[in-house]
Amino acid sequence: MSQIKLAINDFSFFYGPLQALKAINLEIKSNEIFAIFGPARSGKTTLLKSLNRLTDLISQTRHTGTLLLDGTDVYDEEVDLVRLRRRIGMVFDLPTPLPMSIFENVVYGPKLGGITPKNRLTEIVEKALRSAVLWDEVKDRLHTSALQLSGGQQQRLCIARVLALEPEIFLLDEPCSGLDPISTASIEESLVQLKKDYTIILVPHNTQQASRVADRAGFLLSGDLIEVGTAYQMFTKPRDKRTEDYVTGKFG
Amino acid sequence: MIHRTRYVTQNIAKTIVWMAALSTIGVMILILFQILREGLPVLALHFFLDPPRVMGREGGISTTIVGTIALTFVAALLGAPLGVGTAVFLREYAGESRLSHVIRFGTDCLSGVPSIIFGLFGFVFFVIYLKMGWSILSGGLTVAAMILPTVISTAEEAIKAVPYSYREVSYSLGGTKWQTITRSVLPNALPGILTGILLSIGRSVGETAAVILTAGSSLIMPTSLFSPVRTMSVHFYILAREGISMKVAYGTGAALILLVLLTNLIAQWMINRYIRRRS
Repeated sequence: MSQIKLAINDFSFFYGPLQALKAINLEIKSNEIFAIFGPARSGKTTLLKSLNRLTDLISQTRHTGTLLLDGTDVYDEEVDLVRLRRRIGMVFDLPTPLPMSIFENVVYGPKLGGITPKNRLTEIVEKALRSAVLWDEVKDRLHTSALQLSGGQQQRLCIARVLALEPEIFLLDEPCSGLDPISTASIEESLVQLKKDYTIILVPHNTQQASRVADRAGFLLSGDLIEVGTAYQMFTKPRDKRTEDYVTGKFG
Repeated sequence: MIHRTRYVTQNIAKTIVWMAALSTIGVMILILFQILREGLPVLALHFFLDPPRVMGREGGISTTIVGTIALTFVAALLGAPLGVGTAVFLREYAGESRLSHVIRFGTDCLSGVPSIIFGLFGFVFFVIYLKMGWSILSGGLTVAAMILPTVISTAEEAIKAVPYSYREVSYSLGGTKWQTITRSVLPNALPGILTGILLSIGRSVGETAAVILTAGSSLIMPTSLFSPVRTMSVHFYILAREGISMKVAYGTGAALILLVLLTNLIAQWMINRYIRRRS
């Protein structure tokens, strides 16, 4: 339960001359929900995207320090990017269904990995959609366009799409930012269920959301990791003055 | 008072843009009307099916229709993959490198070169130097080179318009660059790419100067890629220029317009169906 899944050591990240992360040290345990919160432009998305190296897509970036996934640096030359991204799945802040059917969206990843038997894909789709608490709503229209789903359904579809790959770590970047309270509640519910099988790193939509679902949390401010603690402690009696100011709404 | 001036300005502006639009459409209708009025009476089934006789003064235009379709087909078959491939390279692989600037500058220059220059190049290079002679292949290659800039720039725009998030999602789900391009980027850019190819096909169907120098003007039914052909537009040009038969010339013109119209309608229908199926 308390095994270290991900160890971030002195990790800094730069976009050209701009330093987005400043010597971050953090350990994430297996099967926990860890919330990274902080004001806009504090480096939350950069931290998530550097974990599965989606930052590689941006030119002129560099890093120092290490990100150890089960003891291996994700920036190691030996690392296979395709495999890494299958182990660390990501859901983005806005729902990003691809313009194809619900079914095709879910099997996009498995198909890239070479799974083609129809019945195998059908199983994957049902399992993933059930885990994302979307199956009952869409089971009769799997072959209609994903773009016709509501925002909340689209976001759960994106979660299902990642689940179909059976990753080990699940990154969620403000997955509820464009959603109504009911959709938000159903996504939070699925997250708590998913914790059994996955390690989840969540950039929450707001501090309330972090306090509802997270086990532990870290406060990020201008690229500095200010403080880490249990979610309860962080949101009720933060040790650092800056965390307290942010949590109580004095800035942000 | 101010109110009134604004009102007048508004009306003047509206009149001007309306007149601009109407005169554009007017000119177009005038041209179409003239050609169809003279040409449609000539069109009959045998006009399409019979080969030309007596230099084209009598008979039909069957060999020129075959020539046009064959040459356009070769041009599109060579030009489209090359152009789309270049566009993919420029947008997905080259980035903002010196090489991509050179290629863009090159294609921009090419698109401004008059077609007769392409014809001259095709004549010297394909017809003479590579010994392909006046043929469908020489003509097709020349026209392919001519349409490349259009295919490249429209395909590039279409690829650029595919949201970054589609790529990011594909990579995040474990896609390689190639998988991302073929499964996420290109399917979404396809309607735009096809529209560009369609424009180019229209251009190759109507091209005369470059074709007359590279495909020849033979009226005999082509039997292979190495046969010389006379395309419809070349036929039209020769019939009218040498005063052989204005009647057949107009008939050929009308048939050409119908061919282009038909191609466009079918292609548009296919593109729309593709877009509807995906959303």
